[in-house]
Parts: sequence; C-alpha cells; structure tokens
Amino acid sequence: MARAVSTRTKVLNTVIAGTLGFLMFFPILWIIILSFKTEEDAIRAPLEVLFQSGWTVENFLTVQARSDYFKHFSNSVIISLGSTLLGLIIAIPAAWAMAFVPAKRTKDVLMWMLSTKMMPPVGVLVPIYLIFRDTGLLDSRIGLTVVLMLINLPIIIWMLYTYFREIPGEILEAARMDGATLKEEILYVLTPMAVPGIASTILLNIILAWNEAFWTLNLTAANAAPLTAFIASYSSPEGLFFAKLSAASLMAIAPILIMGWFSQKQLVRGLTFGAVK
Amino acid sequence: MGKITLKNVKKAFGDVSVIPDIDLQIENGEFVVFVGPSGCGKSTLLRLIAGLEDVTSGLIEIDGKDATHLPPAKRGLAMVFQSYALYPHMSVRKNIAFPLKMAGMSEVEQTSRVERAAKVLNLTNYLDRRPGQLSGGQRQRVAIGRAIVREPAAFLFDEPLSNLDAALRVGMRQEITELHQTLKTTMIYVTHDQVEAMTMADKIVVLNAGNIEQVGSPLELYRSPVNLFVAGFIGSPKMNFIEGAEAAKHGAATIGIRPEHINIVDGGSWTGTVELSEHLGSDTFLKVQVDGIGTLNVRASGAVGRHHGDRVSLAPQADKIHRFNKDGRSMK
Amino acid sequence: MATKASRTAARLMISPAVILLLAWMIVPLVLTLYFSFLRYNLLTPSGNPFVGFENYYWFLTDPSFTAAAVNTLLLVGGVLLITVVGGILFALLLDRPMFGQGIIRIMVIAPFFVMPTVSALVWKNMFMNPVNGILGHIAMGLGFGPIDFFGNMPLGAITIIVAWQWLPFATLILLTALQSLDQEQLEASEMDGANWLNRFWYIMLPHLARAITVVILIQTIFLLSVFAEILVTTNGGPGTASTTLTYLVYVASLLQYDVGMGSAGGVVAVVLANIVAIFLMRMIGKNLDA
Repeated sequence: MARAVSTRTKVLNTVIAGTLGFLMFFPILWIIILSFKTEEDAIRAPLEVLFQSGWTVENFLTVQARSDYFKHFSNSVIISLGSTLLGLIIAIPAAWAMAFVPAKRTKDVLMWMLSTKMMPPVGVLVPIYLIFRDTGLLDSRIGLTVVLMLINLPIIIWMLYTYFREIPGEILEAARMDGATLKEEILYVLTPMAVPGIASTILLNIILAWNEAFWTLNLTAANAAPLTAFIASYSSPEGLFFAKLSAASLMAIAPILIMGWFSQKQLVRGLTFGAVK
Repeated sequence: MGKITLKNVKKAFGDVSVIPDIDLQIENGEFVVFVGPSGCGKSTLLRLIAGLEDVTSGLIEIDGKDATHLPPAKRGLAMVFQSYALYPHMSVRKNIAFPLKMAGMSEVEQTSRVERAAKVLNLTNYLDRRPGQLSGGQRQRVAIGRAIVREPAAFLFDEPLSNLDAALRVGMRQEITELHQTLKTTMIYVTHDQVEAMTMADKIVVLNAGNIEQVGSPLELYRSPVNLFVAGFIGSPKMNFIEGAEAAKHGAATIGIRPEHINIVDGGSWTGTVELSEHLGSDTFLKVQVDGIGTLNVRASGAVGRHHGDRVSLAPQADKIHRFNKDGRSMK
Repeated sequence: MATKASRTAARLMISPAVILLLAWMIVPLVLTLYFSFLRYNLLTPSGNPFVGFENYYWFLTDPSFTAAAVNTLLLVGGVLLITVVGGILFALLLDRPMFGQGIIRIMVIAPFFVMPTVSALVWKNMFMNPVNGILGHIAMGLGFGPIDFFGNMPLGAITIIVAWQWLPFATLILLTALQSLDQEQLEASEMDGANWLNRFWYIMLPHLARAITVVILIQTIFLLSVFAEILVTTNGGPGTASTTLTYLVYVASLLQYDVGMGSAGGVVAVVLANIVAIFLMRMIGKNLDA
C-alpha cells in the first residue's frame, strides 16, 4: 500500500486483530497457566485463577510419576523421526527422478501418489489391525513407524518434488559447462540448493506424525503409545485433574508449537498439494 | 585457439525443425554476434556449440578437432547465461573458483587466478559476498569472471544484457568489448538487439527461422544487405521500403532508403506533409506522408524546425537507394 | 538430460515408493472388500461364510447409519461453514496494516499444531464443563445458566472443537491467496469508483474463489475422518448423537469385533471419499501444469 495509513487505523486494526488472535490462542494460554496451578485452584473462576492463586510445579512431577510421561514422549520422538527419516530415504530418489528426468507419465504418477493420502483410514482399519495383530506388530513402535511413513510418504515426495523443480535448470547447466560430472553436479550444486527444501519437508512431517491421532490410538497400548494416546487416557479421569491434564498437555504440545512457528509456509505448500502458492 | 567450424548442422526437436542446415566459420579471436528476432534459433545455435544440446546431424569442429559428440565440459568453452546462473549458496570467490575446482587445480593456483579475474572485473571487494547480496551488474561480472578463469578457447554469451536496465546496459556493453580487446579470445554473442550487434561485433550472423540470412561485418551489413530481411533488421530507425510505381522507376520491385539518407531540401523529388516530429536536439525524426508514395521516416542532423502539418520537400541520396527484386533479394 | 540410461535409472529410483504405496493401497483395500462379504466376527468362532451383500444391507439399513450419515454431514458442513467464513474474515483482517502482525499471526495459527486429543480434552473439561469450565464461570458471572455443551449438543461441541483446530489452516491458505492479489488491480478499481464492499465482492472474492475451493475440498477429505476428538469426549454418544460414519465403522470393527460389518462400512466410507477426491484431483491437476 503506497498511501500512508494513519496510525489511528493501524491501532484500530491491531486492537481488533489482537483481540481475535488472543481469543484463538487463549485455550493454549490457559493450558500453560493451569499447568502451574493446584487442582483446587484450577477449577475456580478464571479471574480468581489468574489473580488469587499461587503457582506450583507439582503437576509436572505427578504426571511423570503417575503415567511415565517420558516413555510416551520418547515413543512420539521415535515414531515421528523414524517415519520421517524412513520416508526421506524412499522419497528423495523418487522425487529426484521425477523432477529431473520427467517422463510423460510423471504427473499421473504424482497425482496417484497424492490420491493415496485421501483414502479414509477406516477403509483399511480392519485389515491393518488384523495383520498387525497376527504378525505381532500391534503395540510396536516399528509397526507404527511404518504406518505413519506410508500415510505421509505422498506429502514428502510431493514437497521434495516441488522444491527440486524450483532449482533453475540453468544453474545445473552452468555446472556442467564448468566441467562438473554428474556426481559433482549433485554433490556441489544440487544438494546444497535443495537442503532448505529438505529441511522444510522434515519439519512439516515431524509435525504431522507427532499429531497423528488415528493409527496411534488404534494400534498401540501400553508399550508403544505415543503422546496422543497418553493424553487420551485422561478422558476417563479420577477426581480433580484439570491441572494435571494441563501439565500433560503442555508437555505434549510444546515441541510442536515451536516447530510449527517455523513451518508456516511449508504448511501451505504441503497440505494444499501445491494448489495454492 | 578458438576457431570454430559448423558444417551442415541441423537441429530438430521431435518433428519441428528449428535449424534446417547451417554452415558457419568462426575465426580465432573474432567477436561474432548471432542476431535475429525471437525464435530465430540463435540461442539454440549457441547451445549446440556449447554442447548443451545435441545436433540432429552435422559436424562441429573446435580448433580442428571433431567436437560434435563431446560433452560441454570437454569442449573447452565457457558460457555466460542470460540469468547468470550463479551458484546461490557459494560466495563470489567460490563461484569463480568452481570450474577450476572441477578441473582439479591446486588451491594456490585457484586463488591466484580468481584474484586476477576479480581485479580485471572490479570484483575484489565483493569476493566474500553471496550472489544474493549483489546488484545485477555485479552478478553479471561474476558470471563473466567464472568464464574467464577457465581461459577457454571461446566465450559464449547468451543475451547477457537483457536483464539489465538501459543505462547499465550501455556501460556493460563497452566493458565486454574492452574485455575482448584485452583477452583477444573468440567471443560468440547472442542478442536480439541490433544496436548491441552493430557496436560490438567483428562479424554479425543474421538469423531468421533457423537460416543464416547474411554473414558480414557491421558496416557490410549496413551498406550492402543481401535481402529485405537484413535490410529491415539492421539500422535504427528501420529502412524505408517503397513499392509500386516509384520502385519501378528504379527498375526494382521494392526500393529501400534509410531515414538518414533522405535530405530535406527545397525542390526535392518528393513532397509531403509532416505527420509527427520528434526533436532530440542532436537529431530530428520526422514521419512524413509523402504524396503518391506513402509514409517515410526521415532523420536529420541537429535541430530542424519542421512540425506536424508542415509541408516538406525531400530528396533521397541517389547512391544510397537499395534495389530489391521480386524475391526480396538485393540487386546491384 | 533424458537419455535412455537416465530413464532406466529414474524408474529404478521411483519404484520403491510406487511399490510401497501400491501395496499400502491395494492389499488392505482388497482385504476390506473381501471381509465385507463374509460373516466374520472375532468373538464368534464360526467359519466366516460368504454372505454376499448381507453386511452392506444391515449396515446401510441400521438406524445408526442414518444417524451417522446425518451427523457426518452436520459436522463437516458446520466446520466448513465456520472455517471458511471465519477464514475469509481473518485473512482480510490480517492483510491490513497493524502493529505486531507477526505475533498476532502466530496466535491465530497456533491451534492447528495442537494434537487433536489435547484440543478435545482441554475444550471439554477446562472450557465446556458446565460447573468448572471457563465458559460456565463466565455464563454464571454474567447472570445466566451455563450451557451443558456435551450434555445437550455433543455434536455441536465437537464441531466447535474441530473448527477451532482447522480455522488456522483456512486462514493461512486464504491469507496466502489474498496476499498474492495484485495491489494494482485494487487501486485501479478504486479509481473506477468502487467502495470497499464492491472491491471485496467483485475483485477479492473471485480471486479467492480458487483458494476457497481448495480449502473446502482438502478440509472435507480430512474432516470425514475426524476420530480422536469423538473418541476422547463422547465415544459417539449419548446413543449415536455424536457418531459419524468414521466412528461408526470404528465401533463396529474394534468395539463390536464385527469384522464383516466394519469392513462393509469401511468400503462405504472409501466410496464417499473417492467422490470428493475426484474433484480435488481435477483442481490440483490444473495447478501441476502451471
């Protein structure tokens, strides 16, 4: 906007947007606040909670003691990182081939891959559950990692493909003119330029795997349950539990909130399958 | 070093023939410009010489050796791309050093060559910056620097000035010409801008739809164009073409006369009304509706006081009238 | 760059992905299809006889199916309405000049990164609980009785939770699209005498049309599969008040152990999703060529 906007308008916009944004964010803020309150304080009226009660860290300790938060946390880490890395190993060659040696069918193959992401999980719940049960993969981290890799593979391939395609062909030609062999071209020019794209893809996929709440709930029990299932166990609580739920929730969502902050752009690209630039 | 020969070179993309058949000889040390309208095949030709595209048939010789099937890296040529194609993740120093690194040169030798090139191109203060932090003109110099350090048999330029603004273009044009005078290496330069072609070239190759219309020095092309296409392409403003009765008077199907070769005199053979006048101070351009002939562009030196609506009398310089037969070829 | 050798290499590099995804798609789906034609209950050890379309008949004529279908429609429709309208409003708002835009944007986007089980439980307990939740406290503070969200409008409550989670997604997409609108177009229309409402209706909205379509289609795909939020709050109840198609299939498969019926339900869900997917594919396909 080339015209000068009055400060008054800016302030007005800030107030409106800030209020609405605050309202959207409020539940998260409330989780943070309640996690530092005692259970008795946590159920009081909001103003009282804010200004008339003390702070404590006992909830975090209780949660860990009662239900071994760290075990679930490490499960989440393992399956998120594991499925992303596994996915990358399969996706990078595929995306590379499709981006740099395109064939007539390349676009169709890509579209088909994306379509597998749209299959509703309940459509395959029964056989997957039975297969996992019969092969001992039920409640195993490996099984879950493989499943999460498969459901996110289309997105990983798609995102890498779009990032690879953005590398200007002329720069690769320049490398060729400069005497680089194919290996040198990949090593010195292509990979460094692709690293930001690969990093973005990793980030987004860790987030998607961490928050996945269908297979993680149905295929796990005590052993491999990640944080999604851990929190679900609070759905039938005993006694007062707001503060503990808040503490547990905060610990479960904190890593992803931080990662999410860095990955807004990737979100648009990855989840709209490129339909919106 | 730097002698390039093309024999019967043809290039087709699938069923589409982009270059039907070209023979061309480029001598060592020449500054050759490929010029022509968009889509005439000049960039394709350059890329064939570079090895970035394969010829469909024909022979490319570099310094007497058959290079037709050699990959780009082995041809000993360096290319400056239109978009500069700099490596964004490397510093200027590393960009320029890259070809040397690929050739396995020692670090010491690399450094000395890079610094020499940087000095020639005024890049010494920018060696540790990244391309993203440079201006358009600086990036261009880095691209040229990367080409220079390889001490190639020939430099290939693919419309290098099109991404620069007008003022910068004039300066860079002169720098490239000076570079050629210093290095004395063969340079093949592609452009659609005939002013660049005229000012920089030793030899101009005019291309149209994949065919060579004419090869010659700038002045040759200016004075003796072989056909209507070359006559109309070279020279700014364009040559005036006149058909019909006036042309028949000179025994031709079409005659051509450049705007600068029409004098404004009293009692001239052509009279007309000024439709448009442009006064630059150094020159005056008039668009005149000449009775019985049509619209002619006239260029006069200095400030001429004729304006819209005035009647003028014009006389073409007799020895500068070009005659063309019905096939468009020039008649002597 | 494509020579015969590089084409073979390329095919080799793509094959693991293709094989895996093919297996992932075909094997389980074929099994689901197969099971759907059997009478197969994990609790009754009979021979799993082939019964044709019997499972489909019982699944589709059961009143809980109708309820589930209606609930799915309501849930998806409700969330779409809230997120698209809300998303457009937020996008328009965030596109304006203001202070602290970065922080406000983060606050608006944050809900999307909260895992569904956390969202659901936090909303159900800390906010919607009529006695101890914030909304209850506020209502009582203002003088009227609290709403028993999950008691009186379980599906509505879930709709609110899911909408809260997806509003950031819609906002982000629409904001991105809005920011790609050429400022000069708006300026030209201003010179042509258009006021703000005109500019919104005739220029911004058509420009956003494509993004809105994308949001609707993609969200629909994901919303059809909402699961965790229902599991941890209502378990589909009371009765089938908050059961969707997805949840119904889950209940049949893993709670009633009726593999045959659950599989039939699964097939129905897949067919429905495919219809939506066809539209989405056409939209993306157009973009891939761009």
